[in-house]
Amino acid sequence: MAKQLTFADKASRAMVDRAAEEHIDIVWDRYEAMQPQCGFGKLGICCRNCSMGPCRIDPFGDGPKLGVCGADADTIAARNLVRMIAGGAAAHSDHGRDIAHTLLMTCTEEDPDYQVRDPEKLKALAAVYGIKTDGRDIKEIGADVARAALKEFGQQEGSLRIATMAPADRQKVWVEQGIFPRAIDREIVEIMHRTHIGVDTEYRNIIKQGLRACLGDGWGGSLVATELSDVLFRTPNPIRAQANLGVLQKDNVNLVVHGHEPTLSDMIAVVSQKEELIEKAKEKGADGITIAGICCTANEILMRRGIPVAGSFLQQELSILTGAVDLMVVDVQCLMPGLAQVAGHYHSKLITTSPKAKMPGVQHIEFHEDHAVQIATEILEAAIDNFPNRNGHKPFIPKDTEGLIAGFSSESVFRFLGGKYRATYRPLNDGVMAGRLRGAAGVVGCSNPNVEYEEGHIRMVKELIKNDTLVVTTGCNAITCAKHGLLQPESAFKYAGEGLQEICRAVGIPPVLHLGSCVDNSRILVTLANVVAEGGLGTDISQLPVAGAAPEWMSEKAVSIGFYFVASGVFTVIGHPLPVMGSPNLHKYLTEDIESEVGGKWAFILDPVEAAHAMLRHIDKKRKELKLKPMMYKQAFEPEK
Amino acid sequence: MGKAIQIHIERCLACKSCELACAVAHSSSGDLYTVIRSGENPGHRITVEAYGRNAVPVNCNHCVEPACVLACPTGAVHRERPGEPVIVDQERCIGCHMCVMACPFGVITVRSDGKGVLKCDLCIERLAEGKMPACVEACPTGALEFVDEEEANRSKRQRVAERMVAAQEAEQ
Repeated sequence: MAKQLTFADKASRAMVDRAAEEHIDIVWDRYEAMQPQCGFGKLGICCRNCSMGPCRIDPFGDGPKLGVCGADADTIAARNLVRMIAGGAAAHSDHGRDIAHTLLMTCTEEDPDYQVRDPEKLKALAAVYGIKTDGRDIKEIGADVARAALKEFGQQEGSLRIATMAPADRQKVWVEQGIFPRAIDREIVEIMHRTHIGVDTEYRNIIKQGLRACLGDGWGGSLVATELSDVLFRTPNPIRAQANLGVLQKDNVNLVVHGHEPTLSDMIAVVSQKEELIEKAKEKGADGITIAGICCTANEILMRRGIPVAGSFLQQELSILTGAVDLMVVDVQCLMPGLAQVAGHYHSKLITTSPKAKMPGVQHIEFHEDHAVQIATEILEAAIDNFPNRNGHKPFIPKDTEGLIAGFSSESVFRFLGGKYRATYRPLNDGVMAGRLRGAAGVVGCSNPNVEYEEGHIRMVKELIKNDTLVVTTGCNAITCAKHGLLQPESAFKYAGEGLQEICRAVGIPPVLHLGSCVDNSRILVTLANVVAEGGLGTDISQLPVAGAAPEWMSEKAVSIGFYFVASGVFTVIGHPLPVMGSPNLHKYLTEDIESEVGGKWAFILDPVEAAHAMLRHIDKKRKELKLKPMMYKQAFEPEK
Repeated sequence: MGKAIQIHIERCLACKSCELACAVAHSSSGDLYTVIRSGENPGHRITVEAYGRNAVPVNCNHCVEPACVLACPTGAVHRERPGEPVIVDQERCIGCHMCVMACPFGVITVRSDGKGVLKCDLCIERLAEGKMPACVEACPTGALEFVDEEEANRSKRQRVAERMVAAQEAEQ
């Protein structure tokens, strides 16, 4: 029987039914066909790192307990896990590197297609890198900052300067544990070295290198990506927009941008406003041009320009199934190869743009930042030219959309709370200290067909805000929250506890704050650092009444993100476990013992409400340790004493 | 009955998913992670045997005249009704291992705790729910197939017939 969604938004449910009617296989069908999936892989005890193998450890202990080289389940699971961190950290950081190159190009070339649009933020970053700003031309500063950022990817000496944005006490923990990142690329390379046959086999020592690499992601590569994107494309400010497949317009040329980077998508958004292109679209019989986004490239242009979001990761194929997408342009990360097959059933044109991400049989228009306007125009023209190829086929666009407010950042939260002229986190810290807010939670991450689509995200977030916990969100969780109406201030009065309602009413914010793309989880780190700096809630992130979660995680990036939160002192919960369950020692280390080393730890809890309760219990524990006042209002969830 | 697990050894890639699924299906929780966490060892009743470079899943054939049933002194190894799978009543098992010795296929094994034996029950509980045996469902390549014996025979005869016709046409 074809898959039917039972929890997700109406538009997704309708499109999944349509896929079944049209006999087009999509992600849920492929997931069903793949069942049951290999238990050795799930447990993390299959090793393919050398060709004496592949080796498998018998989880029941009857068969082999050691691989051919002698590696046990602990070693194999740890090696596999840190290689996932390497993959995730590499993806985020390479994204950051590209943004830094774009900034350097912008500041060194004559008449570039991009500009420095947030000089204030650039100067603040210059201070982090120790670059002089007084009396200097903004382009000179920009070039120096870009070079300083790029140097940190491959430097052979010292440690990451940008990671000093973390609280001093947190940095001390990293130094004591020997996990302060030295260079962004180096830590990833060292993971690959250590996990080669016959190098590091002590599982805790292997994880230690994973921690160092993920910190080079969160407080390095990802932070560079976020900060320099803000410099180039503006630091986001709260902005209203619409989300879900209903943002596609049946009489417009619909161009969907999908992937993760802002460089091309931002330029497409700019160029799509050009009169001559709109005229051209009209000549081809369309009313105008609609740009909509999928995944995090959507979040990038949503946050800064209010461009509507068509959907999250699991909706990429659904958008094509509308028959209304004239062109989908992709850059990097989370692009399903299945897109090409689905697009083959419709007039929809799929275009790859990154030299790092091509697809067989799919047209490739390579994107180069120094010809950004020209390439964006070429892609828009291709979309317009494809509009008549709908040939009168009636698109099937679900009418569902939901309003939202996005565009929060560590800076704009600041201004919101304290006012434009006296920006401060004081009201937030005071709210927590007075017991109006129980704490805060970051709920982020992917969507995964291995759970009921969106159920984990929504039920967890609702349970948290019901218990006076302010939620910050990024990535596909943010898109899911948007589609379910949680990113509107009014949702506070529907779902939030009394204390959180008071804060939302006083400040005029939704109970769930959209902080951007998945690379922008670094904004959550910086926000936590700012809360610590504001004072009154301890001197380290690990003392704060906060927790993190990725209920429907799927990617290697999510593993790196989860680890950098744990290594920053945050209790982090995911749904399906990391692939480590075949090693009880490693499982215990990650969910218990690691806390005494870095202040944070993992938990694997599939039920989203139960997971939210575990987060609340952790928040309560931290409140108790800080000797904060009891909660002002009765809480829906009170743990048994 | 009429349905049996047919093994296509040319398709077996030795992933041992069948062994794992068998163990989980015969555990108290039926959940992989719970089994591993609790330390339970339900054991597997199908084994992927290496022979040279081949991987061969071997399991119980549920013989019509089973040596194990004849050998069992207590009636623990038995068949409820003709045509049904040969199963073990653990309550009646005294641990003499006569069935283990009698089985010509080596597919009845002693439990790791020494108490009683492990033997394929063709997942009768799953079959009652309309599901496939766990090993068959877990096989990613179709090396294990749960088929009606007569249907399987017919398709084999069809293939033979096809080859004979092709040979005859080639001669003409």
